[in-house]
Amino acid sequence: MSRSVRKWMLEAAAVLASVVLFWVPLYFVVLTAMKSAREASLMNLEWPSEVQLWQNIKEVVAVRDHMLLRAFWNSSVLTVLSIAATVVVCSMAAFVMQRRQDRASPWIGFFVLAGLIIPPAIVPTIWVLNELHLFKTMTGLVLIEVALGFPFCVLLYRSFMATIPREIDEAAVVDGYGGYRLFFTILFPLLQPVTATVIVTQAVAIFNDFTNPLYFFPGAKNATVQLTLYNFTSQFVSQYNLLFTNILLITLPPLVLFLFFNKKIVAGMTAGSIKG
Amino acid sequence: MSKVFRRIYTYKFLLPAAIVYFVIFIVPTAMSFFFSLTRWTLSDWDFIGLQNFITFFQEPSLSIGFKNTFIYAVVTCSLKVVGGLLLGVLLTSKLRTKSYLRSVVFFPTLVSTIAVGIAFSMMMHPTTGLINTTLARLGIEGPDWLGDTSIALLSVAFVDVWKGIGFATVIYIAGILSIPEEYYEALQIDGGNGWNKFWNIVVPLSRPATNSVIILAFIGGLRSFDLIWAMTKGGPGFATDVIASIIYKQYQGGFYGLATAGNVILFVFVAALAFPLSRYLSRQEVDL
Amino acid sequence: MSHSRQVLALLSSVALTTGLLAGCGGGNSNDNGSPSASPSGSSGSSAGASPSASASTEPKEKVKLSLLVDNSQDSVNIAKALTEAFQAQNPNITFETETRPGGSEGDNFVKTRLSTGDMNDIFFYNSGSLMQALNPEQNLLDLTNEPFQERVVDSFKPTVTSNGKIYGVPYTSTIGGGWLYNKKIYADLGLSVPKTWAELMANNDKIKAAGITPIVGTYKDTWTSQLIVLADYFNVQAQDPNFAADYTANKAKYATTPAALRSFQKLEETVGYYNKDFLATTYDAGLRMLAEGKGAHYPMLTFAIPAIVQNNPDQIGDIGFFAQPGDSPDKNGLTVWMPGAAYIYKNTQHPEEAKKFLAFIASAEGMAVVAKVSTPSGPFVIKGAAIPDNVPQVVKDMLPYFDQPGMTAPALEFVSPVKGPSLEQITVEVGSGKRKAESAAELYDQDVKKQAQQLGLEGW
Repeated sequence: MSRSVRKWMLEAAAVLASVVLFWVPLYFVVLTAMKSAREASLMNLEWPSEVQLWQNIKEVVAVRDHMLLRAFWNSSVLTVLSIAATVVVCSMAAFVMQRRQDRASPWIGFFVLAGLIIPPAIVPTIWVLNELHLFKTMTGLVLIEVALGFPFCVLLYRSFMATIPREIDEAAVVDGYGGYRLFFTILFPLLQPVTATVIVTQAVAIFNDFTNPLYFFPGAKNATVQLTLYNFTSQFVSQYNLLFTNILLITLPPLVLFLFFNKKIVAGMTAGSIKG
Repeated sequence: MSKVFRRIYTYKFLLPAAIVYFVIFIVPTAMSFFFSLTRWTLSDWDFIGLQNFITFFQEPSLSIGFKNTFIYAVVTCSLKVVGGLLLGVLLTSKLRTKSYLRSVVFFPTLVSTIAVGIAFSMMMHPTTGLINTTLARLGIEGPDWLGDTSIALLSVAFVDVWKGIGFATVIYIAGILSIPEEYYEALQIDGGNGWNKFWNIVVPLSRPATNSVIILAFIGGLRSFDLIWAMTKGGPGFATDVIASIIYKQYQGGFYGLATAGNVILFVFVAALAFPLSRYLSRQEVDL
Repeated sequence: MSHSRQVLALLSSVALTTGLLAGCGGGNSNDNGSPSASPSGSSGSSAGASPSASASTEPKEKVKLSLLVDNSQDSVNIAKALTEAFQAQNPNITFETETRPGGSEGDNFVKTRLSTGDMNDIFFYNSGSLMQALNPEQNLLDLTNEPFQERVVDSFKPTVTSNGKIYGVPYTSTIGGGWLYNKKIYADLGLSVPKTWAELMANNDKIKAAGITPIVGTYKDTWTSQLIVLADYFNVQAQDPNFAADYTANKAKYATTPAALRSFQKLEETVGYYNKDFLATTYDAGLRMLAEGKGAHYPMLTFAIPAIVQNNPDQIGDIGFFAQPGDSPDKNGLTVWMPGAAYIYKNTQHPEEAKKFLAFIASAEGMAVVAKVSTPSGPFVIKGAAIPDNVPQVVKDMLPYFDQPGMTAPALEFVSPVKGPSLEQITVEVGSGKRKAESAAELYDQDVKKQAQQLGLEGW
């Protein structure tokens, strides 16, 4: 067999596999979301006798006093606030961690690494939040996301900071810049590429987060989009069409993000995992 | 460091991060060692020594979690390493559909775990699910993917790999692309074939990528909770219970002390496996 | 922190009491109980109506009560009907109803709310051992001396009593635990209702031979797997009357008490009689299978009846019910689940309005409202509240057990605070043939020990 034929066959096999493994499940989700409850319960790949996607969307949005809308709002607020805080807090921390080497450095490094590996202690965290009156509050959940995202993001920032020459700092100091002015007016803008990476990766991670809202943000009023999906599974046992409509709706934001920032996401995730 | 720079690089920059991290992560972690020794209602606690740990290790429904957690981590991690490497090689070769395939492989990484779990558990339904109805059309009687206790854990692990392999692949792509062109040229002069290229150049030189994938996938596997919870809730029976799902169940039961003991155990379990592994891997890297 | 909250609660309750008094003065709406059903209830919620009540004709102050119910359709319907009927008579009281998950997740939800100090004013929750685990003295409002308690049937009261104080009122009907069956299949195959376990298994064999699924299994919803074990409790206590007490005191074990072990053995004997995909079948699908004649039996609680009425209204007449039989025909009785109860959060800012609402629930009128939206699954435990005549046959099948003394027994969870959280996983293992009855009983005893120790019960 000639080389090019073999290559062609390999490529064809890869495309075929991608269709079976990725497009069929996606098609199944979209298709089920368009069906009536009865047709959806058959769980097959047949085209619905009547496409009622819009009706399903309206129905799923109306469930439990428009819980889904509230959840989208909550998730958006959570994601935006957490990312804003993460960017500020982590870039500042990384600045000092990378620039300053003294006796404390190994300890700081150890605590950060520990955070990457150690699973958070859940019930004691609830206790701490409760003592601070932050349990079941958006502020509390934002702090959780910031704290748990900190090790990953600070490592991203630190490795990027290492590529910014120190001469810049020295020149700024000669010009009479203080620490804050140096960081916020000169260095932070230079960190822009890694900031974009942090924003995109954290946006996906926080928007898709299930475990932390489950533990730290319970209650129907507090639902985030992932929790609505989880809550609806019990309610929609006989209405798979609505369940899958919900899946579809909450998959849209990451999908849009992916379409626009494909390269950035990939670059960021790779950078984080290899250099970190 | 000069005095000026000590003032410029002041630890005040670290302060906000340190406070949040300390209060939300370090303090609860440290406290968990204490509360794991108590019977605890959040407002009230009784010191009961090592009783929680004894319960955890004695009760078969709790200790099954160790075995499952380990199997799950090893299976998902090795499949991600092997599959990620192969996909990485494929997607760095000259294909016309390369960018399409890269996008498709990566996309599941961005979908929520819960959504993936629910969709797949529907598709894995033994009689009406998409997988088994398709197999039936081919004349094969598919197993009860999530109901048969001997394969349920592997079925969930498969979905985990499906969702996570894009990430491993991307790391490998970056690793393979960073291999200097000279190595391939040298091999070509020596007359090596494609297999030699893969085995003698790509595998050893993408070692840093392999290490990253192993560490990330292994730690992720040990800590995994949401996919298992969305698909089986640890069932049938206790067949797919991992330490994290057992912790959640104790928490649900209101056994906060016991749940915290489980957290401490998971902490030790992860640390005991992950730290030596990462040390071993980084030593290998140096030896290279 | 708790200090300031108490002050706040005190202040606001003072403010509200004033408001309530104004409300009482405005009209005679303070008694929502049905006086004809129970004269003693006529004082209703007048606890707040102190002598000055009639003095005021100021405009009524609006009060908003928050109510927490589980998210099952039935509970949501009941809550809606009750609040609307109550509001029609008490326009100054409005409600905000919140739903929570059911099952063990819901248990945790309620516990967390209570321990973090922000429970809703009123919440619907299980009676029995689950209620005991809520630390009632600390968290719930004592209703022992409320006049409306006189309308509650005595047999219910122990299930919402802790240390001699009563904390709740039932908001729905009693529930039978046993076997729902398809009467059409029984008629077609010429079967009769079994009086012993052996007869039941013989029926199963005949049904299986006829090519029909003998028992519907719905282990995707794991809680449904416990039914055969739990519904056997009438038979356990018939043979071993002291079991509950000994069990609570750590003197009797499932594994070493033959009558109790038998419950697990019965479950083990059903292995192989389930539908093929029972591990992936849900409760809802199971009810449908039974109604549509695809399965002959479904071990279940009768609280499933409203769901069948809703999903398969045309087939409800085909469904019948019998108690889980024992090994001897002369001791054939029913294991009964007490209804869930409405409780008032101890630190509520509106205790009087909340009590007023509970007085309405615990009345024949309140139960009539409930019966309208939710088919009763058994007799009510409010005096004077009757089951409507038009209930489906399956409910009537239950009534004979209640008519004779000694033919019913409350389920174990209502007579003992001890219940292991992993029972449903263990019964899944037994029902799917992965674990033997003896081993399951031992494992459950360990699970129970864990729970009892965590509750800090004596003797463990």
